[in-house]
Amino acid sequence: MNASVPQEPGAAILDLWHPVAIREDLRAGETTRTRLLDRDVAVGLDDDGSPTAWLLTGAQHDAAATPRLLPTIAAYEFAWTSLGTPPEEIFKIPECDEPDRRNLATFSVGVHVSAPRAVENFLDLGHFPYVHAGILGQAPRTEVADYRVEVDPETNELWARDCEFFQPQAAAASTDGQMSQYTYRVPHPYCVMLYKSCPTDESRFDVIALFCQALSADRVLFHTFMSVIDEVSSDAQIRAFQTLVSAQDKPILENQTPRLLPLEVGDETSVRSDRASVAYRRWLGDLGVDYGVIPRGAHR
Amino acid sequence: MLRLYDYLLSANCYKPRLLLSMLDVPHDLVPVEFYPGREHESAAFRKINPLGHIPVIEDDGFILRDAHAILVYLAGEYDPARTWYPTADPRLLGGVASWLQFAEGTADTASAARLCVNFGYEFDLEACVAGAHRLFRVLDEHLWFREQEGLDWVAPAAAPTVADIALFPDVALSEEGGISREDYPSLRRWTERVQRLPGFIDMPGVLPVAPLPYPPT
Repeated sequence: MNASVPQEPGAAILDLWHPVAIREDLRAGETTRTRLLDRDVAVGLDDDGSPTAWLLTGAQHDAAATPRLLPTIAAYEFAWTSLGTPPEEIFKIPECDEPDRRNLATFSVGVHVSAPRAVENFLDLGHFPYVHAGILGQAPRTEVADYRVEVDPETNELWARDCEFFQPQAAAASTDGQMSQYTYRVPHPYCVMLYKSCPTDESRFDVIALFCQALSADRVLFHTFMSVIDEVSSDAQIRAFQTLVSAQDKPILENQTPRLLPLEVGDETSVRSDRASVAYRRWLGDLGVDYGVIPRGAHR
Repeated sequence: MLRLYDYLLSANCYKPRLLLSMLDVPHDLVPVEFYPGREHESAAFRKINPLGHIPVIEDDGFILRDAHAILVYLAGEYDPARTWYPTADPRLLGGVASWLQFAEGTADTASAARLCVNFGYEFDLEACVAGAHRLFRVLDEHLWFREQEGLDWVAPAAAPTVADIALFPDVALSEEGGISREDYPSLRRWTERVQRLPGFIDMPGVLPVAPLPYPPT
């Protein structure tokens, strides 16, 4: 025990799909450079218009060298790649296939924080009335009612259910405050989504997702995605809503210390409303995630 | 009604938003999606500003672009006391103009660093950060000497001027570009003073200041 914090990601992270570009931003004949897990990655489109990515290492910065192609897929308006051996398919969001859904990459921004800290913040209902006052919460209605957290034994995904919170402006299409019902789902160590009662259709849920691109252990591109039922708002209005909410989170995340998420129980004090956060930390540890975190038993 | 073509996360758009609020001028914000939509570069927006930049204002048919030009116009048109753009005192006015020019420098360094880190712009980040520190050091020293004279603002006047508004966003948002203000105590005290001005509004990334334990005098 008392090992130091690993500098290189292990298989639990290397073998995942990671977002590296908004699909719409990629143009034929153009290459975008980005970072993933502390490596330089180039992203472009192949002759069929499918995203393609390759690693830029040493000589491969030189255009003449043969690049090492990485596995690449397009999913949920993003291009995803992997530095290891990824599963055949990425996690499913079946709602996105409903014909009247609008699926949008809403806002992306660089944030100086680890991916797990960003996911943990996304799971936290308690910050709404403070960080997103007047939108996702409002003092004095700050109480987080109890909710359930479980790991789905079939998919090994983490879920938080029966979450409820009063929201003055739950979505771009909201005209009034509502008690919002939330279900959180963590299908990937660096990706989290929530299902939230839709202001325009009581029987269904809007999907809001955060896909973290880990640039390094303590820096992310904070990519947001939405799949909503909204016939009223323009794309720009939906994106403006998410832009405001994400921009409010950014300075809060950047002021968290340490930037890496401690997995050791007791390193940080949790209260009952942090049930999801505590379970997320345990779940990351059980998956063997060692990047963006301070593993159990490691000293800082 | 006066219209401001605006993007929430733009430091340059924040400047006219701030002055409009402080001067209590009614206005409409027209959102222009800078990121990811790049709407400011669209053909439709280039009819308003051929340079494809925000902010732009439209006031009763008069169209004006560029943050600092807009500040000068707003102060001239909507500040009857003539303190924000002090045309009655040529030396003071010259000083204000000089600090507006200085603020072009912070836009090219501190603000550019923020664009790299937040939105993946491919400027030379290291050079932007180093350039911002050079300017912040100069501004910090300048503000320290002002404080010794009992003066609170960038230009040597009792009241704030458009120079304070032009400089505030790049300074207050600098941490987003990786430029710490730890070493600039006078700069930090000045940002707090700006944040306590009547009509001050924040933007995402500008952390609120704690209330004073006693009412400001």
